[in-house]
Amino acid sequence: MLEHVVNGLVLGGTYALVAMGLTIQYGIARIMNLSFGDTIIAACFGTYVLFSTLQINPILALAVVVPLGYAASLLIYRVIMKPLVDRAPSDGALEVDSILVTFGLLFAIQGVLLIFFGGGYTSYSFLNTPVNVLGTAVAGNRLLALGLSLVIAAVLVLVLYRSRWGMMLRAVALAPQSAPLFGIDTDRAARTAFAIGGALAATGGVVVSMFQTFTATGGVVFTMKALIVVILGGKGSVPGAIVAGLLLGLVETFVAAYVDPGLTLAAVYTVFLVLLLVRPNGLFGKA
Amino acid sequence: MTMKPSIAFPVAAAVLAVLAAAPLFIPDYWTGVLLGMTGYVTLATAWALFSGPTRYVSLATVAFFGVGAYVVAVLNEALPYPLVLLSAAGIGMILALAVGLSTLRLAGVYFVIFTFGLAELVRQTVSWWEVNITYTMGRYVFLPFEGRHIYWQLLALAAVTLLISWAIGRSRLGLALKAIGDDEVVAAHAGIDVTRVKLLLFVISATLITLVGAIQAPRWTYIEPSIVFNPTVSFMTLIMALLGGPMRLWGPALGAIPLFLLFEWLSVSFPDHFSIILGLLFILIVFVMPQGVLAKIDDIRKGGRA
Repeated sequence: MLEHVVNGLVLGGTYALVAMGLTIQYGIARIMNLSFGDTIIAACFGTYVLFSTLQINPILALAVVVPLGYAASLLIYRVIMKPLVDRAPSDGALEVDSILVTFGLLFAIQGVLLIFFGGGYTSYSFLNTPVNVLGTAVAGNRLLALGLSLVIAAVLVLVLYRSRWGMMLRAVALAPQSAPLFGIDTDRAARTAFAIGGALAATGGVVVSMFQTFTATGGVVFTMKALIVVILGGKGSVPGAIVAGLLLGLVETFVAAYVDPGLTLAAVYTVFLVLLLVRPNGLFGKA
Repeated sequence: MTMKPSIAFPVAAAVLAVLAAAPLFIPDYWTGVLLGMTGYVTLATAWALFSGPTRYVSLATVAFFGVGAYVVAVLNEALPYPLVLLSAAGIGMILALAVGLSTLRLAGVYFVIFTFGLAELVRQTVSWWEVNITYTMGRYVFLPFEGRHIYWQLLALAAVTLLISWAIGRSRLGLALKAIGDDEVVAAHAGIDVTRVKLLLFVISATLITLVGAIQAPRWTYIEPSIVFNPTVSFMTLIMALLGGPMRLWGPALGAIPLFLLFEWLSVSFPDHFSIILGLLFILIVFVMPQGVLAKIDDIRKGGRA
């Protein structure tokens, strides 16, 4: 029982981490990014390559992979998203365009990964030593993953809610039309938000790769789960993403343990549907 | 595209007759190509039926397509063929109703997200069911059809789909759909039952897509979830409809024909790079021709006159 709680929290922690990235991209930059999960998978493979060829510890790999994720997302925003933002007559039109373009991007990233790594399951063994937590043995890499997720989430919440810079980002999320009246550069805020989202996806990828197997085509499921967490938590809400992410991880682990591992996605979908019907604006969303 | 019905119908009938007679004169390989092309023409037209005017992008084409194929795989030895097709259409319809009822009352983005994962959900659930309940993984379809028989069925379905699309475009329903696409709030105030119209169209579109999968099932002979729930199908349908222009009757069909030929050639010539090329091509289409090729041609014509 306790073992499942711990495993659920670990999984949920990573979901929360990546969902924060997506919620920032969607809430502030207003880009619905369907290639988000493929960014995560790309980071998984990046860490794998660093670990297996150069023997670089995944924690150190963060220092390489995360800035890369930031830079790549910034580039994607400048080259692909910015022209769409400029030409979109309304928020709705931008949503459709961004969904379509990132859907194309998903296949492009997946194609690149398939060429380099093939379609098989990949994993590596790092810190796979059992650690005793309240009487149950938990793999060290999972504990580390949970710790990393929590620390990064805490830093992000602090920055967003306690710094001037975070307040500017939240202002753009709340009122994109009025923010410029207060001297906020919305374009820059959107760009930064999209890049931070990419950096968080990369962080999530590094963390996930420490304890899970991954495939080049697995991005869709990550995107899906991150999207569900974002909606469960309320669009643009970082605390919501954290709570909903942990919840989803727990649900998934318990379904896998007590019902059937093959039905986890169905369970996630059920939670999603029930919540959509009961609270269409999410747990923390405003009506 | 602006031909009067009195001329357009005989022309369309003549084209249909030529297409139907084609397999009697051309080699089997080209019948196969025609078959695939007709399949995608139908998929793209059926997709655009709902997603074009409402602008609700459905990413779940392959979920319905796969369900159709799988129903045929499960039932092909238990029931006569027409009943198998009917069952497939019925199951596709029920699935569409369930998806539509739960998501179409909400903002469009929820619908998109839901359809995005639907194919994966259906694939995993079917796999789980086969492994744990029926203890079979992979099924065989034994139906006495050759390529041309399947082709004829698909051609008939394509004609029906285009006819439905034409009829809806001229009806009150079509007007209601266009109003919803322009502004949902205004449409609701004008007395349109927005949810009902969307649901109706989604179900029609999804049922047609299910039938394409069901009719094409005998082509594979051997069927398993990873074959029939291939996400590339959703992607190709979307890109074809977008290239042609999802708001026009003939748009999706005109997008499907050249892209299908291009994809045939690409998948043979660059099997490893197929998905990258597909992705980049798609991004390009969204950028250059957001309304599709037909609208672009109209623009150029108008620009020339002005």
